[in-house]
Amino acid sequence: MDFATLIQILDSTVRLATPLLFACLAGLFSERAGVFDIGLEGKMLAAAFLSAAVAALTGSVWLGVLAGIFASLLLSGIHGLAAITFRGNQLISGVAINFLASGLTVLLGQKWFGLGGRTPSLTDGGRFEPITLPFADAIAPLPIIGPIYAELISGHSILVYLAIACVPASAWVLYRTRFGLRLRAVGENPAAVDTAGVSVTGIRYAAVAICGVLCGLAGAYLALGLAAGFGKEMTAGRGFIALAALIFAKWRPWYALGATMLFGFLEAVGNRFPSIDLGLFAIPSQFVQALPYIITVVILAGFIGKARPPRAGGEPYVKER
Amino acid sequence: MTLMKHLAAATASLALTAGMAAADPALIFDLGGKFDKSFNESAYEGAQRWAKETGGSYKELEIQSEAQREQAIRRLAESGANPIVVMSFSNIETLNTVAPDFPETKFVLIDGVVEQPNVRSIVFAEHEGSYLVGMLAAMASKSGTAGFIGGMDIPLIRQFGCGYAQGVKAVNPDATVLTNMTGSTGAAWNDPVKGGELAKSQISQGADVIFAAAGGTGLGVLQAAADAGVLSIGVDSNQNYLHPGKVLTSMLKRVDNAVYESFKAGEALEPGMINMNLSLQGVGYALDDNNKDLITDEMKAKVDEAAAKIASGELKIHDYHSDNTCPAVTF
Repeated sequence: MDFATLIQILDSTVRLATPLLFACLAGLFSERAGVFDIGLEGKMLAAAFLSAAVAALTGSVWLGVLAGIFASLLLSGIHGLAAITFRGNQLISGVAINFLASGLTVLLGQKWFGLGGRTPSLTDGGRFEPITLPFADAIAPLPIIGPIYAELISGHSILVYLAIACVPASAWVLYRTRFGLRLRAVGENPAAVDTAGVSVTGIRYAAVAICGVLCGLAGAYLALGLAAGFGKEMTAGRGFIALAALIFAKWRPWYALGATMLFGFLEAVGNRFPSIDLGLFAIPSQFVQALPYIITVVILAGFIGKARPPRAGGEPYVKER
Repeated sequence: MTLMKHLAAATASLALTAGMAAADPALIFDLGGKFDKSFNESAYEGAQRWAKETGGSYKELEIQSEAQREQAIRRLAESGANPIVVMSFSNIETLNTVAPDFPETKFVLIDGVVEQPNVRSIVFAEHEGSYLVGMLAAMASKSGTAGFIGGMDIPLIRQFGCGYAQGVKAVNPDATVLTNMTGSTGAAWNDPVKGGELAKSQISQGADVIFAAAGGTGLGVLQAAADAGVLSIGVDSNQNYLHPGKVLTSMLKRVDNAVYESFKAGEALEPGMINMNLSLQGVGYALDDNNKDLITDEMKAKVDEAAAKIASGELKIHDYHSDNTCPAVTF
């Protein structure tokens, strides 16, 4: 494998990891506050649909993003209502959201556009264009650094940079602000937070809302950045991979960056080398495609260290019994 | 109790009307969905053409999951629809179970073979059509590298890839053919993001013509190719119009003709197996206003010559199904 190939694979890694990173951070906020969310997939799907639909109708990519965030927030609100206010089972609510999004997107898409649930293909202006960072052309001819800067770092859409920026931002919010401390406390010991006079419900709703915004960005990036429109079930399980990455990252923002990049890298390698020939035997592509899941199972089995979820995760908070 | 009565009455009247409306043909779309711009949509067009010409009506059903296959076929058969056209090889086992239960109903299976006395199996010579677009790809390619992106990794899709690679190699024996499969589950038909990423990966390896045989995933391939300024080849339906001037051609699989003919035959449909090959014009390549500047007269002449030779049996294209290997490419 030469250097140019490596750069191409890493470039692809960044693109593939971005939606995972958004979704993973989304799950991180929600789960750190004690609300399990397996509805990431559904929220991404709804966001991808509405962002593509609005971008197709208005021709504005930013209105599309806003619409995507709105769709995702709406589903987050439902999840919050079910899981926080009505103390329902969070897993079941998440599953319901996945089904709801899966059906609703196709139904509305067919009703609005009559294309079998797809949205019309987006043209220029309705999609995110790659951004060329300053001096990319000037630096490009340099050896090593040139390709790294011009091809790997430059030339992505703005949401990619936003996703990367979300990592330190999330870490800062979670570990350096009062809100972050409370959010983490609500996920570990909500009674203590309540005793301190802080609304558990309020913090949890805030966390779920942040989750909605991030999932909205993930979905919008899929539909407006990577593809050119919505196609049914286009998230293709990325929400669940993000959940796996979240466990792999042990619910920490910087680890989340590493985990999603690793999963993106595995997918990029699988794309580039359908089967990896090791001389003696060849690794089939199916194995490479399954690697993220295998790694997650290994993690869960405790081989690479313990992944401990927030203690109050999945438990609705009941003030008095 | 009254509710139960109402329900019973409703079902009874439903069954009655269904019985009276008998002999309407029916069409069951597969997981890709009716408007996949490809395989299923082609069937839809055939059914629409029949409806327009005869003024008849037909029933249709889009299945949403694997579990619905048997239920869907049974429901339509019970409603009296005849014949019932079922799309996709995925229904082979289902039809083997269901068809004997409805001996009076005729079934048509597209893309698979079921040996039952009331089933007509229609298969297509995908390798022959793919061979033709492979030749076009090789002639249009400047880099000598052509790409193939398949949907779900199954023998049928390998059949496309194998014919394509043979066509490429026939024109340019030194050409490289890159192959990728999107995945090994049904999700591989609906992942335009991954399709686009696979296309980018092949483009970075030098491919300047990419053939997508991947349903909805292929839309992502065509998009990524158009964005990067390289040519792509559509599949099943004519997809040239999706990116005018950037789609070299489309490998046509005349599913529409198969559905149209089946509907037209109605209840008198002959069971058995039909191989829609080049000589029956079951497959071919698309030439229209959108791609006429991409296909030169010389290219057209060469491909048409090969098509005539294949149709007459003079030129044999290796059939992947015959031995599950491909001489031109490894998957």
